[in-house]
Amino acid sequence: MSNFITEITPNRPVYTDNDPQGELTTLNLGPTHPATHGVFQNVLQMDGERIVSGVSTIGYIHRAFEKIAEHRPFYQITTLTDRLNYCSSPINNMGWHMTVEKLLDIKTPKRVDYMRVIVMELSRIADHLICNGILGVDTGAFSGFLYLMEEREHIYEIFEEVCGARLTTNIGRIGGFERDFNEITFQKIKKFIKNFPPILKEFEALFNRNRIFIERTSGVGAVSPEVAMSYSWSGPILRATGVDYDVRVNEPYASYQDFDFEIPVGTTGDVYDRFILRNEEMWQSLRIIEQALEKIEKEPKGVFHADVPEFYLPPKEQVYNNMEALIYHFKIVMGEVETPKTEVYHAVEGGNGELGFYLVNDGGRTPYRLHFRRPSFINYQMYAPMSSGMLLSDAIINMSSLNIIAGELDA
Amino acid sequence: MGKISNQHLIEKLTAKYGEQISAISEPYGLLTFEATRTVISDLLAFLKNDEELKFNFLTDITAIHYPEKENALGVIYHLHSFYNNVRIRIKVFIPVSDPTIPTATVLWDGANWMERETFDFFGIQFIGHPDLRRILNVDDMTVFPMRREYPLEDPNRVDKKDYFFGR
Repeated sequence: MSNFITEITPNRPVYTDNDPQGELTTLNLGPTHPATHGVFQNVLQMDGERIVSGVSTIGYIHRAFEKIAEHRPFYQITTLTDRLNYCSSPINNMGWHMTVEKLLDIKTPKRVDYMRVIVMELSRIADHLICNGILGVDTGAFSGFLYLMEEREHIYEIFEEVCGARLTTNIGRIGGFERDFNEITFQKIKKFIKNFPPILKEFEALFNRNRIFIERTSGVGAVSPEVAMSYSWSGPILRATGVDYDVRVNEPYASYQDFDFEIPVGTTGDVYDRFILRNEEMWQSLRIIEQALEKIEKEPKGVFHADVPEFYLPPKEQVYNNMEALIYHFKIVMGEVETPKTEVYHAVEGGNGELGFYLVNDGGRTPYRLHFRRPSFINYQMYAPMSSGMLLSDAIINMSSLNIIAGELDA
Repeated sequence: MGKISNQHLIEKLTAKYGEQISAISEPYGLLTFEATRTVISDLLAFLKNDEELKFNFLTDITAIHYPEKENALGVIYHLHSFYNNVRIRIKVFIPVSDPTIPTATVLWDGANWMERETFDFFGIQFIGHPDLRRILNVDDMTVFPMRREYPLEDPNRVDKKDYFFGR
């Protein structure tokens, strides 16, 4: 076991020229490298297999979402949030909808909250599946990945049933959902929570006590809670260091307070802990989905959005045949609805950390300013400093286990 | 939600900083106030290290631009106390002609990239920052694109003018 990282060298570029014997090698890891999943560039100074120092270059897929958001009405910003963390875009969509609902003081019915919880927890599972599966691949164990990917496919089929899309979902609307879950959706969810546990168990059996995997991952990238908090880490990687911070519990949204679940925490914050923690979170997500399905049964059927005609687009057939619906449709699309002139910060627990939306509204059609607190961006800044001293292959699995998504990193 | 009421926070902060803190409000329960540039370093350190408050977690640093105001650029800090489960929002408004503010990297390592991003998009100079370079935009960019004077699209484009939409 290696020691905790308790001190980190300042995050400065070190293109060192004073290497008198010329023994250091400069290695460009990325921007497109098969071992880094996404567009990440790290310029590393290598002493043999060991990293001496590194500097991260980011911004390769920067798309100016915050600027675009200043020119789009609220309901069109959902599609931008899709493209942040595209492994769990429903969480981003829901987070954005809830931000606007908080701004407009919209109370959603309990059934909507439970539907949201189901969708969000499913996407959390999909997110963790990808992360842990890929971590296995990067340590050289391909089979776990192959077992899991089929289940991710089943989750995407559920999303497809709910909203018609798979990856960039644009799921839900301000106030609720665009349509109710149909019978097939419920069947698919029930089938998933029945079929998934044995597969996850098998996956855990492949890895958890696997000696090669443990020796490969334990002690790699261990971080103390103090350093993790100083770097503003959040999400599974912070909890792996032993800090029990989860937005779902600290600041419950979408009626998470109605559910009985646990927040797993790690002890050393190394790659192995993060892996185990994500597996455990998937079990907890399953628990939440089961409870949500039970709770939905008790709620009145057919309620899938809040009664806010000024913000919830009416169904298309009504727009053509109903005067009131036409008026509201026009008002929403043209942005002629009064909104409060204030500011709001809303955070949700995304797949890899606290995803926050800071929205400043001036009463106009579009936000005056919208800032995304993107966990990938904030979590990634420790990567280069913590890599120094690591073996290159350890740095690769460390990056996998941080679950950095390029779309969210660069916004 | 939190263990410390906003009222108590306000009393404690005004007792210490008095006139330096203004425009106190609580939109959606999140205590928000403006502070001056001279006290911001001290204020952040106080919030972080105070035995009772312990705002140990820097959630976010960002900025906002109000071109019509005298102090047009606002730097916005979101802090979070894990011990008390309370959030707080601090704004510091500074003029465009002199966009300087002390860095928070001495308190939180995580402030490094947040400040670089804020510099990149708004041109705010964080004094004492160890490595204040552009982060998401290209290095040879000369403007600060999130300022309001820079349009999103080609300004010569006419097909999206408001009068086509009755606005």
